[in-house]
Amino acid sequence: MARQWQETKRRRIAELTEKSSLTHLERLESEAIHIMREVVAEAEKPVMMYSVGKDSAVMLHLARKAFYPAPPPFPLLHVDTTWKFKEMYKLRDKMAELSGMELLVYQNPEAAARGINPFDHGALHTDMWKTEGLKQALDKYGFDAAFGGARRDEEKSRAKERIFSFRTASHGWDPKNQRPELWNLYNARKNKGESIRVFPISNWTELDVWQYIQLNDIPIVPLYFAAKRPSVERDGMLLMVDDDRFPLQPGEVPVERSIRFRTLGCYPLTGAVLSEATTLPEVIQETLLTTTSERQGRAIDKDAGGAGMEVKKQQGYF
Amino acid sequence: MSDAVDPIYVTETLISQDIDAYLVQHQHKSMLRFITCGSVDDGKSTLIGRLLYDSKMIFEDQLAALESDSKKVGTQGQEIDFALLVDGLAAEREQGITIDVAYRFFNTEKRKFIVADCPGHEQYTRNMVTGASTADLAVILIDARKGVLVQTRRHSYLAHLIGIRNIVLAVNKMDLIDYDQARYNEIVADYTTFAKSIGIESFTAMPISGFKGDNITGPSDNTPWYKGPALIEHLETVEVNSAADAEKPFRMPVQWVNRPNLDFRGFSGLIATGVVKPGDAVRVLPSGKTSTVNRIVTLDGDLDQAAAGESVTICFADEIDCSRGDVIALADNPPQAADQFEATLVWLADEEMLPGRSYWLKLGAQTVTATVQQPKYQVNVNTMEHLAAKTLDLNAIGVANLSTDRPIVFEPYEASRALGGFILVDKITNSTVAAGMLHFSLRRAQNVHWQATDVSREFHAGLKNQKPAVLWFTGLSGAGKSTIANIVEKKLARMNRHTFLLDGDNVRHGLNRDMGFTDADRVENIRRVGEVAKLMTDAGLIVITAFISPFRAEREMVRQMMQPGEFIEVHIDTPLADAEARDVKGLYKKARAGQLKNFTGIDSPYEPPEDPEIRIDTTGMSADEAADVIVARLIP
Repeated sequence: MARQWQETKRRRIAELTEKSSLTHLERLESEAIHIMREVVAEAEKPVMMYSVGKDSAVMLHLARKAFYPAPPPFPLLHVDTTWKFKEMYKLRDKMAELSGMELLVYQNPEAAARGINPFDHGALHTDMWKTEGLKQALDKYGFDAAFGGARRDEEKSRAKERIFSFRTASHGWDPKNQRPELWNLYNARKNKGESIRVFPISNWTELDVWQYIQLNDIPIVPLYFAAKRPSVERDGMLLMVDDDRFPLQPGEVPVERSIRFRTLGCYPLTGAVLSEATTLPEVIQETLLTTTSERQGRAIDKDAGGAGMEVKKQQGYF
Repeated sequence: MSDAVDPIYVTETLISQDIDAYLVQHQHKSMLRFITCGSVDDGKSTLIGRLLYDSKMIFEDQLAALESDSKKVGTQGQEIDFALLVDGLAAEREQGITIDVAYRFFNTEKRKFIVADCPGHEQYTRNMVTGASTADLAVILIDARKGVLVQTRRHSYLAHLIGIRNIVLAVNKMDLIDYDQARYNEIVADYTTFAKSIGIESFTAMPISGFKGDNITGPSDNTPWYKGPALIEHLETVEVNSAADAEKPFRMPVQWVNRPNLDFRGFSGLIATGVVKPGDAVRVLPSGKTSTVNRIVTLDGDLDQAAAGESVTICFADEIDCSRGDVIALADNPPQAADQFEATLVWLADEEMLPGRSYWLKLGAQTVTATVQQPKYQVNVNTMEHLAAKTLDLNAIGVANLSTDRPIVFEPYEASRALGGFILVDKITNSTVAAGMLHFSLRRAQNVHWQATDVSREFHAGLKNQKPAVLWFTGLSGAGKSTIANIVEKKLARMNRHTFLLDGDNVRHGLNRDMGFTDADRVENIRRVGEVAKLMTDAGLIVITAFISPFRAEREMVRQMMQPGEFIEVHIDTPLADAEARDVKGLYKKARAGQLKNFTGIDSPYEPPEDPEIRIDTTGMSADEAADVIVARLIP
């Protein structure tokens, strides 16, 4: 497993005796592992947020490396909206089994009871299933530290968020009152009820994530690769018809197109791109040559004007 | 704007024609972390925006947003305002200033870069120190029209202080002075004189324009007289810290002990300095026990060798004690352990430093209790003058001695950021209040042993036929502490108990006659009383103390000094209005009249205990009844 990564590493280390330094990916990996171990040593009840996307895949792999030969000493938490792609649910269950970690799936019962869905409820869908669902899940299990796979290159307000990001007892984030974070010394102290969101891959870029997946043979959801899939075009987005809950508008007919996804979320909210990229290098190539940024496929960043994500984070969104 | 596509950034052809070759190239890139310092007007954000823009790290949708934002709130008229790319938080975009540290990423063919964009104003000194703590290099920006300013000196001093040895002096906005070589040389000469005076041995100067793109990615036609490297060329070739760290002796702080089953016991950590191989003789500190490395374990298989910057798990040939906070080091060249140090402190919190207060100190994986003495001096960050100081305020930088409650394994910050850099954390609010850099230990802790005496504290107590304790009275002035304490002592004396009453006013006549009523003095006052009470419990006495002791942190500190269960906190809980109405000593009247400063309850805070062993509500019982309750609790 991960032969390429290991070989490269051996070669780099052989060179170290002459004068050299680690590659950027080796430094980033080492930093992430250090962060995960600090959390496990200092937090009472950590958990890893698991969304089944490519960043989650990298996080899970890093956790396995950090604690090997022990299994990662915390559970995986999937805050489910019931609207993820079918293939995501499949990989989720497979990876939980492979890692030997406990998988907790949480669905906001209120959202379920009210039948909240992305077609009829717009922004409320994200708010109820994800933001509220996350808060409820953290409260229910009493987790005091939650790992997330957010990166600073994704979005402007994330560029300033700390690696250890402190949350009040009501899960609020105060961007103007963040703890200074010096060297690799993380302050994990908090009072009862307060919690910390921890972002071990803060300093990774999208390209780093892809390359790490390639070098370590990390399994990812097949939706990242192009294939013929039934889709419709709506409001400038290409949406995949993943199951029969998708309400077709008059005149809409699903068309088989060769598409893939740059990010994965709820299928009715996630835009696909036309693509022929069926291998990792091809996907990376397309990613690098493309001219739209990663989160653009998601409707969520555009809510509430230019400060969309910053406002969502203050309310408790990851 | 320069529209020539520079070869340094041209990877697009490679990406489209041979993605595998590109990936191999990207995989082998090293990483440089740097900071940019300068004020709003120096064009710092514009420079970073330019680096991102030229390296194609801006996508089309971001560019579209940038163009529309530039017209709405930009400061460059109809032209693109690169600064808007960088100033992330909504508040910053509105105010047009950079408040926090933002991290940005870009690549060239040779390296990946992480830029920490730090705010320039003096009130953001802490943010700059934060950004600098992880940087290999600092770009100091100067506005060519203005030359070396106070802020240039401050930024250079801070970068040097935090240990950055690669400094770039970027003389920016050269386009606005018509690329005047003489003016450039004058600025560089000015800076050279200053740099020498603060110990900066070398730096690299270059004339640039972030806005126009001169000398950013390649030589500019506008400065034919400049023969040095362009900014990117320089950033691609300077040595990074981790390379230098690998050449130092081996040290690894243990973060976590990996023990999945009885057959495996490994020690996980990030190697701070040096290189380790199976077969190496190592020493675990502070215990000093030695063993041999027999495996370096990773998920991808065991390693033959690991070096500074890598996170690994190490197994020993012998079963020796080793836990989180210990440091594994080369056996014949280990670091020292000590409990008293001189250090430089950068104060990061709104609340000023209180000499004598105990804080959490975190260094590597070690967390201990530390107290800081009154600063030896504070540094004026604009003039580098040393000033006398009683405390350190937000953004202040000073040098002070500090002591820890047990020895910590350390190295001078100059030798190792990982074992010489620390943070201080407030024990009540949990906020990070200071960053520190250790200079040296004041003495070797291992040479100072506690003087073991033959007559033990148990013997002292046994002789008196009692269990030692501290009845720690706390409450507002006039609450009735001294009155009730006095009755308690009389009752205990009648029961043949050996007691001693330490009263606030009496102690201030002697032991603490040099202490005033500022917050800092109150902290030291309580520390001394705590130490005296502790010696008395060692002598077997029941100690009764009657001090306002307004701060939770100091009462907690005294509790920690005592043996478990011997500290009994007694809150004499009297409402302020009642205490003021009684005003036995007439002090409230004086305080209200402004004749008495720093009076608890009036212009100085009182933090009531959250969970005292005994709470006496004086509105509900007499002093004598209160004394009975306390005695009954002590001697059931």
